[in-house]
Amino acid sequence: MAQVLVVTSGKGGVGKTTTTAALGAALAKSGKSVVVVDFDVGLRNLDLVMGAERRVVFDLVNVIQGDAKLAQALIRDKRLDTLSLLPASQTRDKDALTAEGVAKVMAELKEKFDWVVCDSPAGIERGAQLAMSHADQAVIVTNPEVSSVRDSDRIIGMLDSTTEIAKTGEKMPKHLLLTRYDPARAARGEMLSVDDVLEILSIPLIGIIPESQDVLRSSNLGAPVTLAAPESAPARAYFEAARRLAGEKVNVTIPTEKKGLFDWLFKRGAA
Amino acid sequence: MTSSTASTDPAGLPRIRAGGRSFLALVLTPEAPLDIWLAALDHQVSRSAGFFAGKPIILDLTLVPLDTPHLADLLPALVERGIRVIGIEGADRDEPVFSTWEWPEGLNGGRSTAAEEIPVDSVDEPELPPGTLIIEEPVRSGQQIVWADGDVIVLGSVASGAEVSAGGSIHVYGSLRGRAIAGIVGRPEARIFARVMEPELLAIDGFYAISEEMPEALIGKSSQAILVDEVLTLKPLT
Repeated sequence: MAQVLVVTSGKGGVGKTTTTAALGAALAKSGKSVVVVDFDVGLRNLDLVMGAERRVVFDLVNVIQGDAKLAQALIRDKRLDTLSLLPASQTRDKDALTAEGVAKVMAELKEKFDWVVCDSPAGIERGAQLAMSHADQAVIVTNPEVSSVRDSDRIIGMLDSTTEIAKTGEKMPKHLLLTRYDPARAARGEMLSVDDVLEILSIPLIGIIPESQDVLRSSNLGAPVTLAAPESAPARAYFEAARRLAGEKVNVTIPTEKKGLFDWLFKRGAA
Repeated sequence: MTSSTASTDPAGLPRIRAGGRSFLALVLTPEAPLDIWLAALDHQVSRSAGFFAGKPIILDLTLVPLDTPHLADLLPALVERGIRVIGIEGADRDEPVFSTWEWPEGLNGGRSTAAEEIPVDSVDEPELPPGTLIIEEPVRSGQQIVWADGDVIVLGSVASGAEVSAGGSIHVYGSLRGRAIAGIVGRPEARIFARVMEPELLAIDGFYAISEEMPEALIGKSSQAILVDEVLTLKPLT
C-alpha cells in the first residue's frame, strides 16, 4: 500500500523543498518507487532542486484540469529511475487546485508508486491544506528558532484537524525534522536546543540535519543532496531519516562532518 | 376392628408435611489482605444496597492462610455488615485463631453454581456535574478553546499563539505559553494555574495582564494568577 507523506512547516525558507528532494531520493535509492509532488503552485521550486526545470511540459494543474494525463506530466529522474517528479505550475496560482482534483490525482499516484512525497507550500492556506489533506504521515520541517517552531506548532494543529485522516477521528503520525542545526551555536545558546524544540512541539524526532554548505551546493547543481553528496553529513542524516520513515529503528544522532584524527581525539576527550 | 384410621398413625397424630425448598447460598471467598478485601466488599455493597440482606452466605476460607493478619476479626466484621454466615468451609474450627468465632453449625457440601453477579442497582453513582473540560493533547498555536461551562484542564502545554478561555478556572499541567482567559462569564474568583507559567497574556473576569507586566521572578515557575482588588496578580504555587 502506497504511503503518502507531506513535507510541511508553515514557515517558508526552512527547507521543505530541499527535504522533499533529499528524502524522496533517499527512499528511491532503497529501491522503492517514489514520486515527489510540488504543491507550491505559482512559486514552484522542486523542479529546480531536482534538476528537471528544462524538462517540464505539463504540470499538476494541467492534470487536475484534464489538459494532460498523469503519465504525460510525470518526469522520471535521469540519475535514479525509481524517482519521479510531478511539477507545479508557475503561471497559475493555488486557486487552480481543487479538492476533488487533488483527490483524483493522489489516488492515481498511489496506484503507481510506493511513496508519494508532497512538497507543501509555505503558509496555512488552501495550498498547504490541500498538500496535507491526503497524507498518511507528515514530516514537519523546523529550524531551531522561535518563529519556525511556533509556525510548526500551528501546522501540527492543522494536521490534527483539517486532514482526511483527522476527519475519520484518527491521528496522523507526525515526525519532526530539525534542519539547519548548528551544534556549536546551540551550545552557545544562540539557537534553540533540540530539547527545547521537542519540549514545545512534543512530537517524535525523525532527524537532525546539520547546517552545511553541501545542501546549498547541491541545490545549485540541481540535485538532491542525497544524490549529489551522499557521504556528506546532511545526506547521511537524510538517509537515516528515510530509514526511520520506512519503519526501521535507528537512533537519532547529529551527524558531523568527517574530520581528521585530531578532531576525533578532541571529541573523545570532550565526551 | 375398624380400618378408618389408615391415614393416621397409631398414636392418632397427623402426618407431618415435608416439602422441599432450596435456597441459593452465596459463597464468599475472601482473599488476603483482608482489609482491602473488606473495602472492596463495602464498595460493592454500597452500589447494590440490600443485596446481601437476608441471604444465606457460606464463607470459603481456602484462599486465606491461617497467619493472615486480622483473620480473627473477619467473621465479626461480616456480622457487623449484616451478612449472615450460615456455614464456613476451607478451615478447621479448632484452630486457635477461630477461638472467638461463633462457628455456625455445619452446612457442608452443596452443589456450586455459576458465580453470582452482584448487580449494580439503581442507586447509581451520581453523574459528575457538567462543567469541566479536560484536554489531553497540547493546545497548539492558532487553536482556540472556549468553554463557558466551567473549568478547563489542559494536561499538555498551551503553545505560544494558542488561546484558552474558560467560564471558571484554567489549569495547565504543562507550560502555559499562550493566552489564558478565565472567568469569562463574570467570575472574579476564577484562577489560572500553570506548572510552568510563561504566558503571553492572562485575564480573569476581564482584567488582564500581559507578559511584560508580570514579575520576572515568577515567569517559568509554577504559579497561579488571581484577582486581588481588580488587579491580576501572580503568586507562586508552593
